[in-house]
Amino acid sequence: MSVQKKYYINIYVLIILIVIGLTIGIGAYTFIYAEGGSYLTDKPSACANCHIMNDYYESWLKSSHHAVAVCNDCHTPDGFFPKYITKASNGFWHSWGFTTGIFPDPIQIKEQNKEVTRESCRKCHFDIVENIERESLETENVPCAGCHKDVGHR
Amino acid sequence: MDIKELPETKSSDGKSKMKNYRKYFLLTILFAVIAFGIIMLLVSIFEHKQEARNPFFRVVEISDTTEDPEIWGKNFPLQYDGYKRTTDQVRTRFGGSEAIPRTPTNADPRSIVAQSKLEIDPRLKIMWAGYAFSRDYREERGHAYMLEDQTFTERQIAAKQPGACMQCHASVYIPMKKLGSGDIFKGFEIMNSMPYEEARTHVSRAIACIDCHDPVTLQLRVTRPAFIEGIRNLKESQGIKNYDVNKMATRQEMRIYVCGQCHVEYYFKGTEKRLVFPWSKGLTVDSILAYYDAYSFKDWTHAETGAEVLKAQHPEFEMWNQGIHAKSGVSCPDCHMPYKREGAFKISDHHVRSPILNINKACQTCHKWSEEELKTRVENIQGKTFQLRELAMNALMDLITDIKEHRVQNSSSIQIAEAQNFQRKAQFLLDFVESENSMGFHAPQEAVRILGESINYSRLGQMSLQKNSRK
Repeated sequence: MSVQKKYYINIYVLIILIVIGLTIGIGAYTFIYAEGGSYLTDKPSACANCHIMNDYYESWLKSSHHAVAVCNDCHTPDGFFPKYITKASNGFWHSWGFTTGIFPDPIQIKEQNKEVTRESCRKCHFDIVENIERESLETENVPCAGCHKDVGHR
Repeated sequence: MDIKELPETKSSDGKSKMKNYRKYFLLTILFAVIAFGIIMLLVSIFEHKQEARNPFFRVVEISDTTEDPEIWGKNFPLQYDGYKRTTDQVRTRFGGSEAIPRTPTNADPRSIVAQSKLEIDPRLKIMWAGYAFSRDYREERGHAYMLEDQTFTERQIAAKQPGACMQCHASVYIPMKKLGSGDIFKGFEIMNSMPYEEARTHVSRAIACIDCHDPVTLQLRVTRPAFIEGIRNLKESQGIKNYDVNKMATRQEMRIYVCGQCHVEYYFKGTEKRLVFPWSKGLTVDSILAYYDAYSFKDWTHAETGAEVLKAQHPEFEMWNQGIHAKSGVSCPDCHMPYKREGAFKISDHHVRSPILNINKACQTCHKWSEEELKTRVENIQGKTFQLRELAMNALMDLITDIKEHRVQNSSSIQIAEAQNFQRKAQFLLDFVESENSMGFHAPQEAVRILGESINYSRLGQMSLQKNSRK
């Protein structure tokens, strides 16, 4: 291996290391600045880090469920991996939406997240709803929140 | 960096070396793109955090004598921006307005007007025969045009209009206070009895910020004397004495009453043309009709039948009161000026307009169905109301034709008096739905009930003619 060749490889490696280092550094700062750590918790105030959630947060404070359920109880599924995959996916799409500015206002829930909330009612209220969930009645798709609109937030 | 300069690239293992360099290059690009994205996110978070920080800048002082909305707009640019958009003309299925070009004249310099309802339905000319509304009656335009359209309507030529019209067609808070030397009720009385042209010289613009907002606290306030009196009479009929709307109404009630200062049924009382809201027996169409009957009040004598008839005028407040949205505590601005987000601000959209043009914010905040579904529901209600409105209009035309024939045949006035009274009722009920700006939507069941009763009165009138002519 010639000296010249080694020299070029070293420059390439150096550039890559700088770029990777910068990415990690900027990423780490962004994570701290955006209070990224708070998103790993269950604190409802973390969801209102972005002011677009203020209305939902404030109406949850006044809702019937605020004493028994936080955002994550209804908006994330049970289990460590499903929960954090849901959080990561929402985190990505929320960042995407706010950075590009492409999202409906007032915000609208995505089908996948709606599915999560539908299932969440059953976490606590399964005993009540199991009797109305008969295949023959075709009630599978009737969402609880379709009628019980204000239980979580407005 | 030019890889070709390397002498080794020409050697036997040159190609695999090139691949190695390419890998490094792609890896660099990949991380650069990630870093690019992260910085975009970082800046966007920064901007959004800044947005949340500056709630309000006071750049000018506003007082109780500041009428010009442009000055208010310096402190409240977002609200002012929406307010200015009430110049928009957009058609909806049963309302809104279309911009129709016209050739300006000296008497009427408008180059654009809204479509004429009289041309769309000529039966209206027969219903209002002998009254100024049979001369010119158009789809109403946005708030921005209220003074212009009132000043130049042909109704002004057809009949002398009083200064009382001004309460709802101009910013009158400051002019009325000036006329009354500080007492708005006194100014109100003076302006009511002026001829329209004279009152017109005292006002300069359409409704402005000061007509709804307190200049210091920005809270809503009722400024129109006729409403203050009207709601006091209504509350008294419900057992509440000395109701003071500006002190006793809740915040949500104020969001309704502020609009109810103008979007109501009214009449001009006595020779002094005092603007009065006929609510002392209640807000329903029946109690309003009973109120007029008790005073034997008439707006005019019908030119074709001689009946002493009434004109209903845009009773949106009264109709809404009978509907499901009123029962659920939904106020006018909840749908017509829904909350919207401007940066970190949540503001009322001051672009007052049909909710149908803004379904996401106006309806979907409460109703979680698709826009198409909601629009179909509204138009379904309106379409059915319109069907019944057509029947009621035809029934009224039949009654008017019959009364005319009996008059030609020289039937005695006693024989047709009963039918004329039925015409008065049928016409007022029909007009109450016709002039109300929602084609039934503000209170669907009430609207069709009113139309049903109107049809009944028209047919009862025809039957009474038959019965009495046999006597």
